[in-house]
Amino acid sequence: MKTVNQKAWFLVLPVLLLVGFSAVIPLMTVVNYSVQDTFGNNVFYWVGLEWFEEILHSERMHNALGRQVIFTTVIMLIEIPLGIFISLHMPKKGVWASVCLVLIALPLLIPWNVVGTIWQIFGRIDIGLLGHSLNALGIDYNYVQNATAAWITIIIMDVWHWTSLVVLLCYAGLQAIPDAYYQAAKIDQASRWNVFRYIELPKMMGVLLIASLLRFMDSFMIYTEPFVLTGGGPGNVTTFLSIDLVKMAIGQFDLGPAAAFSLIYFLTILLISWVFYTIMTNIDKREGM
Amino acid sequence: MNLSWMAWTWPTAGFFIFIALALITMTVWGIKAPQAPRVGILRIETTPGDRLFISLLGSAFICLAWLGMFGSPVYGALIVCCIYALGVFRWV
Repeated sequence: MKTVNQKAWFLVLPVLLLVGFSAVIPLMTVVNYSVQDTFGNNVFYWVGLEWFEEILHSERMHNALGRQVIFTTVIMLIEIPLGIFISLHMPKKGVWASVCLVLIALPLLIPWNVVGTIWQIFGRIDIGLLGHSLNALGIDYNYVQNATAAWITIIIMDVWHWTSLVVLLCYAGLQAIPDAYYQAAKIDQASRWNVFRYIELPKMMGVLLIASLLRFMDSFMIYTEPFVLTGGGPGNVTTFLSIDLVKMAIGQFDLGPAAAFSLIYFLTILLISWVFYTIMTNIDKREGM
Repeated sequence: MNLSWMAWTWPTAGFFIFIALALITMTVWGIKAPQAPRVGILRIETTPGDRLFISLLGSAFICLAWLGMFGSPVYGALIVCCIYALGVFRWV
């Protein structure tokens, strides 16, 4: 008779405690703050769901959400195809494969606020190589005053920082394809496009979904890099959700509205991540059949 | 232990007790009557735990949509949430 021992679940206990202290208790506190108002000194007044109503109808929140959705969509539309393209053209074997991998991985090793600082200096019109050169060429580029320039700089910065992740994941997916597939394609005289469409892309689907999920979550929660680069400006044109949330919670000390904002933000990310996760696990199961 | 920094209220405590009870009930139910995962109308494989998660997450959005459209109180939304959760457990 087969016996089942459930004692292994005790091994999960340390993780549960850690998650309890670092995530569940703070989240409970945020829920508590979201239905109350405070003027400091740890004194709270019950307001019910007022902050949620206020945030849901707040133009400021709608604008920040709109900017966030545009930012995430744009960087994903650039990073995912670019990552696939680069990974397809990287050497598969030999010294150059290692050199390329190290070079590609470099941006991922740089801390986020350092990336912001690098681009902040790089784009400056007085001493920055990019800003100064563009202006010398007669292009009116100033990310401090011009909204378009600020957006372009932030998008290029994110592409520079994070395309590497997509490349590395796709590269790993490509390396895992057995040679037999390519040999069969060669016998069938398949074109380069068909090899990509019917062999490489389906085999990369799992890692591509992971890359998309990671890039979605990271970009939707982005804070440090745009904060260091533009501080949300000029005006509010690069104020994304996280930046707006920090302004509300720490700058204005509006803990109640900020807590309601955080919960709506959290639920949105949870929903989209769950959709990605469900698609991913279903693809895995279908492949496993 | 002083928990005043957590700013507890009875309604929020009740909310978390409800979630904890739901999780405990599902665990006990899972032990007493284990169920195999099934594929429902969403064409995805779900366990009862998954269906609870889908019910809770969906309910949160139903309440937010209600607040956005009709404002508080959200009693109507709670009724819709219950019907939604029953539907999820029956068909998803």
